Amino acid sequence: MAIFADENTKVIVQGLTGSQGKFYGLRNKAYGTQVVAGTNPKKAGTDVEGIPIFASVGDAVQATGANTSFIIVPASVASDAILEAAEGGVPFIVCVTEHIPMHDQARVYNILKRNFPNTRLLGPNCAGILSPGKCNIGFNPAEVSLVGNVGIVSRSGTLAYQSTYELTQKGIGQSTIVGIGGDPVPGTSFIDCLAAFEADPDTHGVIMIGEIGGTAEEEAADYIKTHMTKPVVAYIAGVTAPPGRKMGHAGAITSGNKGTAAGKMKALSEAGALVAQNPTQLGDLMEQALANVK
Amino acid sequence: MDLFEYQGKQYFARYDIPVPTGDTATTVDQAVALADKIGYPVVIKAQVQVGGRGKAGGIKLASNAEEARFHATNILGMDIKGHIVRLVWIESASDIEEEYYVSFTLDRSKKQFLGMLSAEGGVEIETVAETNPDAIAFLDINPVDGLTAEAARAWVERANLNPIAVDQTVALVQKLYNAFNAGDADLVEVNPLILSKDGRVYALDAKVSLDDSAAARHPEWEAFRSVSVEAGDEREILAREKGLQYIGLSGSVGIIANGAGLAMSTLDTVQQVGGSAANFLDIGGGANAEVVTNALTVINTDENVKAILINIFGGITRGDEVARGIVQAVQNVNLRAPLIIRIDGTNAVEGRAILKQHESDRVINEETMLSAARRAVAIAEGK
Repeated sequence: MAIFADENTKVIVQGLTGSQGKFYGLRNKAYGTQVVAGTNPKKAGTDVEGIPIFASVGDAVQATGANTSFIIVPASVASDAILEAAEGGVPFIVCVTEHIPMHDQARVYNILKRNFPNTRLLGPNCAGILSPGKCNIGFNPAEVSLVGNVGIVSRSGTLAYQSTYELTQKGIGQSTIVGIGGDPVPGTSFIDCLAAFEADPDTHGVIMIGEIGGTAEEEAADYIKTHMTKPVVAYIAGVTAPPGRKMGHAGAITSGNKGTAAGKMKALSEAGALVAQNPTQLGDLMEQALANVK
Repeated sequence: MDLFEYQGKQYFARYDIPVPTGDTATTVDQAVALADKIGYPVVIKAQVQVGGRGKAGGIKLASNAEEARFHATNILGMDIKGHIVRLVWIESASDIEEEYYVSFTLDRSKKQFLGMLSAEGGVEIETVAETNPDAIAFLDINPVDGLTAEAARAWVERANLNPIAVDQTVALVQKLYNAFNAGDADLVEVNPLILSKDGRVYALDAKVSLDDSAAARHPEWEAFRSVSVEAGDEREILAREKGLQYIGLSGSVGIIANGAGLAMSTLDTVQQVGGSAANFLDIGGGANAEVVTNALTVINTDENVKAILINIFGGITRGDEVARGIVQAVQNVNLRAPLIIRIDGTNAVEGRAILKQHESDRVINEETMLSAARRAVAIAEGK
């Protein structure tokens, strides 16, 4: 098994006719992902290397039975694209688009919550999701992954790739690698992923990679303490980040003593997670944790 | 983008929020002429983006031209926690009856907006939250519904303001919410919001942080930006011109990494092994020769830099492509410090092989992030 995306996932790419969308859509398809449709109201009836283009997500769902949408469109139209996907009836939406204004993110999140409570949004500004051997949606470099039993959830894309690589080098495979994104209003939280990994029989341990800003890691720590039986190895980036500056990600900003790396590491450690001091340690600690489980 | 107080007041005025009459001056003569025009008494306020201006002597009351000249002379050029005052805001002095606090921001935990209103303004709201949390009226706002007139009134009535301030405050908070929401701000904060002796409610201070992701739909922000940049770090100005995600710091190890998370992690690792970073720089996914050249050009302007650490994880960007980019960039830029390069991930072996051909005491290959950080710190510290 895997979480959120597996061999039964059928993907529509909103933005398949754009250069980025085509590149990543085809790359995901080449990995074995069922990329069944693209959308573009002006290009309905055409195709991108054999993948049919429909006018809307609704049309694409009807024709192909797709159950997931991968949104890779410019920020100016991304909010509408998310709502179109939800209205079109897909239960899982992955949005990699960066720079969606905060007020739009907050509005879209709350519209989904109110009107489409069974729709899961992953992102925005995330690397996507990879279930090795089954499905890859987004930017994850599948080359460095290995089929296996460790779940990874990360705000940062590159740190997820890095930790995947650390595990793979040790011969430890991954069940699913989820990028929840670096923006202030993520559709899917650490807790959503931790709960799904806890329930997934094929996941034996979880790597959680956070960064400065917000309180999502502290909330995850509470969840780990009360709900997680599987080992969690955590890492937080941004120990040395200057206060009040956005460190590349819109959500990676501390204010006063809130959202600091030190506070997050302390909360996770007290909750029973093993906290790595650098990405290389993630692999070592997970190796130890899995050995203890056995 | 964080606005200066005077920009915040201009921003508020745009959304019809009452603020004191005032203007800016950059020289003492300008300041005195402006004070004369506004009419005494005036308040002269240092424009720096750091707290504690008043305590540092950066906010002064002047009752006549002589005092205005004296204070403007002291404040212009003043160093407040490392921020040099280049501009003062001068406004007519207010007769304050009471000081309140109001703000709107995103509650990241609830994923809704949060309004905070308090009859105890003029002090840090964090202090009020700790010592007397009941003095703050909190309001959760669903972004889909916005702030309705009814909700605004009920909220203001909960805050125990002076009864004569209530109606004006109800109107003001709705305008402030509009400035927050339609204005695309991450934060709007008024501290203090005042009730004057003559019974008017208006914003005596303005703290506004705008969401850079919304800049495309706010061409009017350009005026704010040019001033913010002029007053900023020269390295950051150059980086912005080159389209780089760069933050200047004060250490000796220049940093280039791909991805915001990996870049932050690189800074942390450098510190862990006893060094300090000169900057944060995320060159993103496509680390081609042009981007690497731009990044090295910016870092090269930093006199503190004694070693440059390039930390790349090849994901979709292949390690060999990055290596070629670095080799080309090194030929383009006359570097002030040696490069320590760590390439890992996809095609890392090929990438390292390419760098190997150009290896010298100025171009050094390391296999792991940790070993590269150690090497860079050792070089920077002269060990």
